[in-house]
Amino acid sequence: MHEVAGTTPEGDFIINVGPQHPATHGVLHLVITLEGETIKKIEPHLGYIHRSIEKMCESLTYRQFIYVTSRMDYLSAHINNHACALCVEKGLQVEVPLRAQYIRVMMDELTRIASHELWWGALAMDVGAFTPFFYAFRERETINEIMEETCGARLTMNYMVPGGVMADIHPQFQQKVNFFIALYKKKIEEYNELVTGNIIFQNRMKGVGFLSAENAISYGCSGPVARASGVACDVRKRYPYDVYEQVQFEEVIETGGDSFARYLVRIREMEQSVHIIEQLIDNIPEGDFQAKTKAVLKLPKGEFYQRVETARGELGVYIVSEGGTTPYRIKFRSPGFSNLSALNEMAKGGKIGDLVATMGTLDLVIPDIDR
Amino acid sequence: MISLEALKNEVQNWLQLHVGSTMALIAESVLLGILVIALFAVLGLLLVFMERKVSAVMQIRLGPNRVGPKGWLQTSADTLKLMLKEGLTPDGADKFLFNLAPFIIMIAAMLIMVPVAFARNFQIWDINIGVLYISSVASISVIAILMAGWSSNNKYSLLGAMRSGAQIISYELSAGIAVITMIILTGSLSVNDIIASQENGWWIFKGHIPAIIAFVIFMIAVTAETNRAPFDLAEAESELTAGFHTEYSGMKFALFFLAEYINIFIVCAVAAILFFGGWMPFHIGHWQAFNHIMDYIPSSIWFFGKTFFLIGLIMWFRWTFPRLRIDQLLNLEWKYLLPISLLNMLLMTIVAILKWYL
Repeated sequence: MHEVAGTTPEGDFIINVGPQHPATHGVLHLVITLEGETIKKIEPHLGYIHRSIEKMCESLTYRQFIYVTSRMDYLSAHINNHACALCVEKGLQVEVPLRAQYIRVMMDELTRIASHELWWGALAMDVGAFTPFFYAFRERETINEIMEETCGARLTMNYMVPGGVMADIHPQFQQKVNFFIALYKKKIEEYNELVTGNIIFQNRMKGVGFLSAENAISYGCSGPVARASGVACDVRKRYPYDVYEQVQFEEVIETGGDSFARYLVRIREMEQSVHIIEQLIDNIPEGDFQAKTKAVLKLPKGEFYQRVETARGELGVYIVSEGGTTPYRIKFRSPGFSNLSALNEMAKGGKIGDLVATMGTLDLVIPDIDR
Repeated sequence: MISLEALKNEVQNWLQLHVGSTMALIAESVLLGILVIALFAVLGLLLVFMERKVSAVMQIRLGPNRVGPKGWLQTSADTLKLMLKEGLTPDGADKFLFNLAPFIIMIAAMLIMVPVAFARNFQIWDINIGVLYISSVASISVIAILMAGWSSNNKYSLLGAMRSGAQIISYELSAGIAVITMIILTGSLSVNDIIASQENGWWIFKGHIPAIIAFVIFMIAVTAETNRAPFDLAEAESELTAGFHTEYSGMKFALFFLAEYINIFIVCAVAAILFFGGWMPFHIGHWQAFNHIMDYIPSSIWFFGKTFFLIGLIMWFRWTFPRLRIDQLLNLEWKYLLPISLLNMLLMTIVAILKWYL
């Protein structure tokens, strides 16, 4: 057992940030060794919100376990479900109808934008500006309304089933999404004016929390965190699933490696997401929204793996099947866990204020780390 | 029209007539004390309510709107709640200093009220070193903050207090030099003389560019001195939870909270006096008719109008900007603001010697 209070023998402060702290956005517990205001070491303590989701999945059928995963990374709930559905489909070898694929991808991207909006507001709050949070929520609300109409839920949508989606889209879906795209294009200017261009914000972000490409790879970082260090790792581009192969979009890569690069990656990713939705929204093909599957699904004996790109990075779903109705073992590879492990590397040597800003750009969702 | 000055004379004459001069002086002192405390309470309630409404407008919300008509009683209800709460003292705290700190910060804030002129001839004491007095008493508050942070026996509090100490001591220099820049023009430290010198135009207009630079520097420096965003490092909600007053609760916390708003009021009042003529109405050179109309607006309205305008400005800062980091904060002061304000003082000296300001 190591020291979590008091001072070190060298006279350095040990400070506990969390499990209840405004900057951790959840029940993350960081034990920080401080020399004055400078950080010498960060040690994340996990497990405060561990719910044994992997174990829980073992006693649920292949239709049921998908919905538990909404509670992992609740901000990309839909994308988590997508990964599980794809993995089950891989085992069943079901062909998903094109209409369902379109709907899934559009919903994925809407989820991604909503998640990044929330991150943007929360990051601004971390560096001390309160107002952007409300602006972000205003636009996020439009997305949540679209979700609510189509799926009946706003956050944990539970819209996926193996073989497609649960129900057809709402008749007003296309109109609402087009409205959102127009709104978003207007509001992104406001975002950039209020936060991106702000000199104080840039000073807080630039040159802070540096993560080299080598470290990003060795810590297993993925998503915007790795792409900001110049590592091309977008699963949608490298291992496309559903209709990602057919849409045009740019894999956003920055080479700065600092907090500002991570900020820019996410801002630009939102634009790319809008671009993807724009290509799909007016061309949704007619047809079924769900493939015909058996009432009770049984995966053949074997191992199945599927990765997707969530708003935070690469999510892997690994299913071991013994041929029954429930999985023998499930393992999730969550992006947040790997991204968090690089935090010590990034924030060491910086100030406390830098730690908060860096943690903000990692976009941590604690239930995703703990599962 | 009833002015504050007439009211004051009325009371003074009545007291002189009925109780004799010594008793009158004592009675006046007691009255003043009550008035200052009453002003504190009213200002505190008003400013907190104003801040909540201003932030609500900026954040596309409604703000408090349930307690009382349009939410006007919300802050009173909050105060009542804070008074009823238990004032905890942590186990490991230095109890004496811990309980003393909130009072010191309040007393410092109250003392600054002395030379502020609220209206024409309405002032507690026209002390001849008024502005110097304000600067010096204002710096007492840093002792209270350090005391609070140290005695709490909490690392977050200590970090907040240390930040605050570094910050206030640094930014006092710029604020002081900005004040001196204006003193060069007026040639007097007395608040009354400073206001009187702006009879035919406020210094912000008459003082040309140096006055505007001094005003900007003064506003930045006092925002930092009062620990307001974007310089609220001492409290830094997302980093230090609540900084130096993390361990305070109940009325002791309320005193810190109140002192922050009173300090904002005072620094804005000082800015209004130095740059916008205090209670002096808006006059333009020789436009007699226009000046006469402006004189009809009571001087207290001019003073409070200007002060609240500046307070609005500071609130606007708070709800727009992100927070600086501690090293950036000190860089801004020592590398930019201080040299600029020193140069600006030189510039103002030239303006004053050549009498360009007339």
